[in-house]
Amino acid sequence: MESNDLLRWNARDGGQIEIEADGPWTVTNAAALDSLIDAAAQAAGTGPMIIDMHGVTAIDTFGACLIDRLVTPAKTNGRKVVFKGILDQHRSLLDAVARVSDHAPLIPKKPSPLASIEAFGRSLIELGNDTSALLVMLGAVTGALARVVRRPRSFRLTAAVHQFDRVGLQSVPIILLITFLIGAIIAQQGIFNFRKFGAETYAIDLVGILVLREIGVLIVSIMVAGRSGSSYTAEIGSMKMREEIDAIRTMGLDPIEILMLPRVLALVLALPMLTFIGSMSALVGGGLVSWLYGGMSIATYIARLRDAISVTHFEVGMLKAPFMALVIGVVACTEGLRVQGNTESLGLHTTESVVKSIFLVIVLDGFFAIFFASIGM
Amino acid sequence: MKDETAAIRLTDLVVGFGDNTVIDHLSLDVRRGEILGLVGASGGGKSVLLRTILGLLRKRSGSINILGANPDEVSPAAMRAIERHWGVLFQQGALFSSLTVRQNVEFPMREYLDLPPRLQSSVAITKLGMVGLSAVDAEKLPEELSGGMIKRAALARALALDPEIVFLDEPTSGLDPIAASDFDNLIKTLQKALGLTVFMVTHDLDSLATVCDRVAALADGKIVALGPMSTMLASEHPWVQAYFRGQRARNNAIV
Repeated sequence: MESNDLLRWNARDGGQIEIEADGPWTVTNAAALDSLIDAAAQAAGTGPMIIDMHGVTAIDTFGACLIDRLVTPAKTNGRKVVFKGILDQHRSLLDAVARVSDHAPLIPKKPSPLASIEAFGRSLIELGNDTSALLVMLGAVTGALARVVRRPRSFRLTAAVHQFDRVGLQSVPIILLITFLIGAIIAQQGIFNFRKFGAETYAIDLVGILVLREIGVLIVSIMVAGRSGSSYTAEIGSMKMREEIDAIRTMGLDPIEILMLPRVLALVLALPMLTFIGSMSALVGGGLVSWLYGGMSIATYIARLRDAISVTHFEVGMLKAPFMALVIGVVACTEGLRVQGNTESLGLHTTESVVKSIFLVIVLDGFFAIFFASIGM
Repeated sequence: MKDETAAIRLTDLVVGFGDNTVIDHLSLDVRRGEILGLVGASGGGKSVLLRTILGLLRKRSGSINILGANPDEVSPAAMRAIERHWGVLFQQGALFSSLTVRQNVEFPMREYLDLPPRLQSSVAITKLGMVGLSAVDAEKLPEELSGGMIKRAALARALALDPEIVFLDEPTSGLDPIAASDFDNLIKTLQKALGLTVFMVTHDLDSLATVCDRVAALADGKIVALGPMSTMLASEHPWVQAYFRGQRARNNAIV
């Protein structure tokens, strides 16, 4: 005879067991009852099971689930289960629990040893899908542009101007600040390290060429991808989520023409502008450091800069800007359209959009470097 | 009803935003163990009333008493202890999208109770079974569920801690008539089995007629009619008459 406050059991000859439950069978006692029930189930025998419930003051689903852990296996094994002294409302709860407890517990799927290979394969397919989705979007935007060129009245000028204001004009302050600092840092590092050879003035060549050819457009593109690309994806994604895109389609209109084209065009116009402003700001930052830290006069800085750089360097930087903008815009719109019905997917695709566009901007910059080198620019 | 003491007692409640008074000196008792349906015009303050009772909106004046405790007077810790005794089914389900259905139901248990994991998941599976979801559904993510299943899963989560009061915000909205009537039966069955008090905001005339013990009609920020369906039908208030004796009510053969 086992004994305690909540549950007592007494195994008889012939496999019969008498179980006596007592006190509140509620969630407060559930942890204690959990181990008691397991112990009772161990001792349960094979014959009829008699459960005396007259001492039970209260029972909730937790208690009912625990009692059911004794009752349902016994019943499935063909044993008789008798309740004694049970209140009606307790009985109905026990019945309600017993009705649904016959579900077999779900065995968690074991990860296959080939899972990592499968994941690799899937990611390759995903890469293929991503690439084709980007090309499809690029084609769709180009097609929409061609239609708009033929029928200029269908162009959404207001939307494009609004987007230009948002991604272009409103990001001028932050672009000015960041590129100014980058220019200053490059100049400082150049002067510091070239000083060892007495070649401080070459730091100006470094600032001029690096900023105009590479850093200006790259920093601005990365900033724009983070600031404007992400907001494009989030806007279009939430429109997709709320079926607004479908609404546009059912009205016989083209969401590419209405939503994507003004955004991408605004970006293609804004990015060269921002690149120009950013490059100038970086040159100012470099000049300030050369003066204050390197001890060169402003006149020297400007004269040296004039010798070091040519229009070619400036052209190389500026030519890249619209292509960077196109990549950012197309990636942002593609990811926006891939958003599914839930908010989690919105966050996921916004992150994807920023990561992919920064990656592609840098890859594209690499290709441009090879291209310009081979045509001698 | 067996127990006539109020589970929820609202006295002289006033709620408003800016110049706009939404709930205007409203008093209402919800008895223990009853299913009370709250009806009112769209934008008439039903959800505002519900959110005020839940403590999600501030009231201007008046008092709320839930299970014998006044949120203004008891400490935040004591209020949390009271909150354990209620469950809420939000209109869109409000299931946590990053958790599976079973984890959603286990979530309040994990936060409030210290239980062995096996018991926790077996209770969660049982609750899901009670609302009619299978063990296979339990391992799904909310995004994989249909509208009706989301409501059921959200109800299972509302019931996770064996609450005394369940608040339902338009439980049958967005369900087809068959699913809606299943859901009505489910609420009725669970209310009987678990001895719940149910406070239900609804527009569904069928729900009101089949499951609600009493109906409260909210108009102009006040309860203008309160009682079983017969009281509603006999009410002289023009809005209540329009609501319960209108075309849709006749089609539903309630009158």
